[in-house]
Amino acid sequence: MDKREYQWAWLMVLPVVLVVAFSAIMPLMTVVNYSLQDIFGPDSRFFVGTEWFKEVLRDPALHGALFRQIIFSGAVLLIQIPLGIALALCLPKKGPWVSVSLVLLALPLLVPWNVVGTIWQVFARPDVGLAGVFLNSIGLDYNYTGDAIDAWVTVLIMDVWHWTSLVILLCYAGLQAIPDAFYQAARIDGASRWAVFRYIELPKLKGVLLIAILLRFIFSFRIYAEPFVLTGGGPGNATTFLSQRLTTMAVGQFDLGPAAAFSLIYFLIILLFSYVFYLTILNMDREG
Amino acid sequence: MSLVLEGVDRTVGGEVYLNDINLTFERGEFNVLLGLTEAGKTTMMRIMAGLEPPSRGRVVEDGQDVTHVPVRKRSVGMVYQQFINYPSLSVYDNIASPLKLAGFSKSEIDRLVRTEAERLGIDHLIDRLPSELSGGQQQRCAMARALVRDAKLVLLDEPLVNLDYKLREGLRSELRSLFADRDTVVVYATTEPEEALVLGGNTTVLHEGRVIQNGVTAQCYRHPANTTVTQVFADPPMNLMPVEIADGQIKAEGLLSAPLPEHMKDLAPGHYTLGIRPHHLFVTAGEGRIGLRGTVEVAEIAGSVTYVHLEVNGRDWVIEERGVHQVHPGERFELFMDLTRAYAFDSADQLAAAPHS
Repeated sequence: MDKREYQWAWLMVLPVVLVVAFSAIMPLMTVVNYSLQDIFGPDSRFFVGTEWFKEVLRDPALHGALFRQIIFSGAVLLIQIPLGIALALCLPKKGPWVSVSLVLLALPLLVPWNVVGTIWQVFARPDVGLAGVFLNSIGLDYNYTGDAIDAWVTVLIMDVWHWTSLVILLCYAGLQAIPDAFYQAARIDGASRWAVFRYIELPKLKGVLLIAILLRFIFSFRIYAEPFVLTGGGPGNATTFLSQRLTTMAVGQFDLGPAAAFSLIYFLIILLFSYVFYLTILNMDREG
Repeated sequence: MSLVLEGVDRTVGGEVYLNDINLTFERGEFNVLLGLTEAGKTTMMRIMAGLEPPSRGRVVEDGQDVTHVPVRKRSVGMVYQQFINYPSLSVYDNIASPLKLAGFSKSEIDRLVRTEAERLGIDHLIDRLPSELSGGQQQRCAMARALVRDAKLVLLDEPLVNLDYKLREGLRSELRSLFADRDTVVVYATTEPEEALVLGGNTTVLHEGRVIQNGVTAQCYRHPANTTVTQVFADPPMNLMPVEIADGQIKAEGLLSAPLPEHMKDLAPGHYTLGIRPHHLFVTAGEGRIGLRGTVEVAEIAGSVTYVHLEVNGRDWVIEERGVHQVHPGERFELFMDLTRAYAFDSADQLAAAPHS
């Protein structure tokens, strides 16, 4: 390619650069801007350097939210990935029930996030909710608005209900892609069901599982609407996760500087995890 | 060891996959199962292995009825069209897996695995994962796995299809020697006539779930039992044409009228189907060649051989002739045939006359 053509190429990508700049880079730069300044009004602003970052990193409320967030995302992965694999293995492989079960499984994924929160808020209410009343009637003292553990369990179950389907569907697709000859070969070898899972299905699922873990990690790490609607982050701040803490800071207390600094840290955490996953997947592709 | 199929049927949901199969496979023989796709080759192998039961009939191994003995209690090795290896295990562990499950001792496993890997020429790759191997090497690994425990029955279901031309030829030429000194019934399924001829041994021609011919490979090729065999067991298939034999003449309306060749002299007068292989048809005239007319459809020049596809009296024919010959599609064209190499099938579609070899 000669030099003139090369310059043309730059011109051709210009529209994309503009769109990306407008939709992603400019808003991000605004946040960077806020994170480095103390802004009182359009004409009165002071450069504060890293002060907001220092403040945010020392903030115990944020430490708490970050800690809970990590526990939550960890629990989500620990429950949903094995459960998703197990359920995918139980699904029929062919026949009329395949489409029925796939449609049923996809249903929770179609429900808007805040509607999920509302559904569970009503469903789990100890006074009128189906689940809440039932649990209390069998002698459990269940109240997700008063008891931190009850709140956690409810939020986790809600998330499992909402998102395990995604893992199931991904794993199911991965399982369907395994040629039947693999299972036959295992039968000829005399391999046990466990060996088939361990040495055929699990290795063949490696790719989709990484995608599932990545998606579930990102989604759960950003979770906002469902616990906000269900528990409002309570009781106390027992179920206040990062994004809700951030919203309180930015919109509730109008601490735009610290909120902006915190946003950037939050964003970097997710970016870092995603990059690690990206490298893992890339590495796996290279292996074959 | 011998394996006998007695009156085996396989019907799934009203669809007949296999129809009254009676076959005997002896140990030490190389058996080729030849048929188009959907002919029932894979189903037959699955029944032989015990992966699925026949709907009717028996599978007898060394005089013992094993029809309902599950595959894990039999001694079977199988190689597939896809390269089937455990993805997370090294080549060594892959080859060792059937031995481990069969309870061999560690030192015995090590000896057998290394011997087998060496025979298949993958001993230097023993620590790699299957995904780090080429397609040919992966299939060698799968073959080593099927062979390592000296199974009584080894089934190869189109194992070379997914390999490229060069690798296929290499592995194919090794196959016979791999099985030469084994006390094993070997069955090799393929769609390609050429593969059956190269591998030799016995050939069973399957068509739509039935055995249409069974015997020594070269015999089957030289004496196809009926016109269906000529279509399955020849590539390109044999050219066919209805003819009438009467008064020492062989005739086809408006196309051909010639004295009977020597090997057809004893045929009773009547209607026959004439069969002639593509390489006994010619673009150029020559001594003893009889001319007839056709219309050229396509001509393919494949290096040193020219294939001319043409329409002769409403049938698709192919000429396969050495050398490069220029013909033009749509051209009305005189082709020449060597009648002394022609076959005749009677009105019941049985071979009536074959050329002397």
